[in-house]
Amino acid sequence: MLTQKEILSTLDMIGRQHLDIRTITMGISLLSCSDADAEKACGKIYDKITRCAENLVRVGEDIEREFGIPIVNKRIAVTPVALVAAASECEDYVPFALTLDRAAQTCGVNFIGGYSALVHKGMTEADRKLIRSIPEALDRTELVCSSVNVGSTRAGINMDAVALMGRVIKETAERTQDRAGLGCAKLVVFCNAVEDNPFMAGAFHGVGEAEKVINVGVSGPGVVHNALKSIRGEPFDVVAETVKKTAFRVTRMGQLVAQEASKRLDTPFGIVDLSLAPTPAVGDSVARILEEMGLETCGTHGTTAALALLNDAVKKGGVMASSSVGGLSGAFIPVSEDEGMIAAAKSGVLTIDKLEAMTCVCSVGLDMIAVPGDTSAETVAAIIADEAAVGMVNNKTTAVRILPVPGKKVGDSLEMGGLLGSAPVMPVHPQSSAAFIARGGRIPAPLHSLKN
Amino acid sequence: MKAIVSIIGRDRVGICAAVCTKMADYSINILDITQTIVQGNFTMIMAVDLERASASFGEIKGGLAELGDSMGLDIRMQRQEIFDAMHTI
Repeated sequence: MLTQKEILSTLDMIGRQHLDIRTITMGISLLSCSDADAEKACGKIYDKITRCAENLVRVGEDIEREFGIPIVNKRIAVTPVALVAAASECEDYVPFALTLDRAAQTCGVNFIGGYSALVHKGMTEADRKLIRSIPEALDRTELVCSSVNVGSTRAGINMDAVALMGRVIKETAERTQDRAGLGCAKLVVFCNAVEDNPFMAGAFHGVGEAEKVINVGVSGPGVVHNALKSIRGEPFDVVAETVKKTAFRVTRMGQLVAQEASKRLDTPFGIVDLSLAPTPAVGDSVARILEEMGLETCGTHGTTAALALLNDAVKKGGVMASSSVGGLSGAFIPVSEDEGMIAAAKSGVLTIDKLEAMTCVCSVGLDMIAVPGDTSAETVAAIIADEAAVGMVNNKTTAVRILPVPGKKVGDSLEMGGLLGSAPVMPVHPQSSAAFIARGGRIPAPLHSLKN
Repeated sequence: MKAIVSIIGRDRVGICAAVCTKMADYSINILDITQTIVQGNFTMIMAVDLERASASFGEIKGGLAELGDSMGLDIRMQRQEIFDAMHTI
């Protein structure tokens, strides 16, 4: 029998500590939609998405109402479009993005991910066409998210793709300058991208996945922060145990919602992503958890160690709570989407270099970082290369989501609003990486043996 | 279907009566009630069975929220599974 204390603690987590399900994401395979005629392919894509995800939003809202737990986003992830569009005899892939946008609008979801290409070892003609179309696609659509995988532990880093993405990000920022560079917030460059990630902007439905699938991403930085407040000054063993127990509870809720959604949508349950995803709301910050561990400001010495503990404990606690864990699973550190990170970056304590170190021990990478508008495409590419190297060598997913919005300089802020928040423009090193990026080719994969 | 109804707010005469009457109106069977004052706040938690309820979950939830608004209380109803999932293995 449930005790009153347990019931009240759950109510408090949802009511005051911002506990929510961050996203229910339906993955849909579009491999069956390829057609030599691009117009026909787009028709098939629209029909399939709107047929599969017809009830996604309604079911999400029903679950929200019955269980009393907010489900912030309902989203769709599709097969990387470069794979689907490859069969079509056309030069311009933007109509595919417009189709995804239209389908997402019809279904009423918040975002649709999968305007993507996987080019970690090499680029097909279709990959090249898709990547070149990204700036226009993100400019002309509202809900479409794009991602490109440029490296992997098995294949190394495709430096031609890295260089190209530096230019694509710059162009996307220019085209969406009037919307605070919003296009760049919907564009992720990955190393070791995962096939079942429910979080945007990097979600896509991998080729190893089923016809359709339900993946759920949980959240809960506020709950973890609150739990740590009650054990101030205790040793790290106690901190780790407390985070584990909290992550277990949060994930159990995610598992319940995932199973319920899967049943009601008659779609197989894929995974629960055990991520701590912050929002710009006060009390929902990963940075503040790290500070709660005893750091004056996130970004100071000790931050990487604190984050390593947090990331590991979240996984250990969550893994037992779910029958299937996947996605990115770890603590997210998107600067603009985290109230504490925003404050730390504004104060100058949190720098891009420190964030890079932090990405070695946590989920994903340099996320939602605004840099000066005059940052060159080569510097953006070099930042991507660094981050991809961290992922490649450490056998983990890393990513870059960076906003070099024209006219913006250090001290300015990009106001995107909503969950995307506010990004203080952070300084980059002014020294050139142009000759490094100009080399092109491939950085070979690291050794997988001789590990002594 | 079993649900947990939580009623939180300033203490006053007639809360229990009003909520129980509402439950009876909807043909909802009350399985358990605990009530206490936490930090000056009236806190009542009811376990209820909706098996024979005369309205849908959404309608009942809305009706209870309306009653709460009229009495200055926060009344929520959630399916019991969410609490079970979080607090039992």
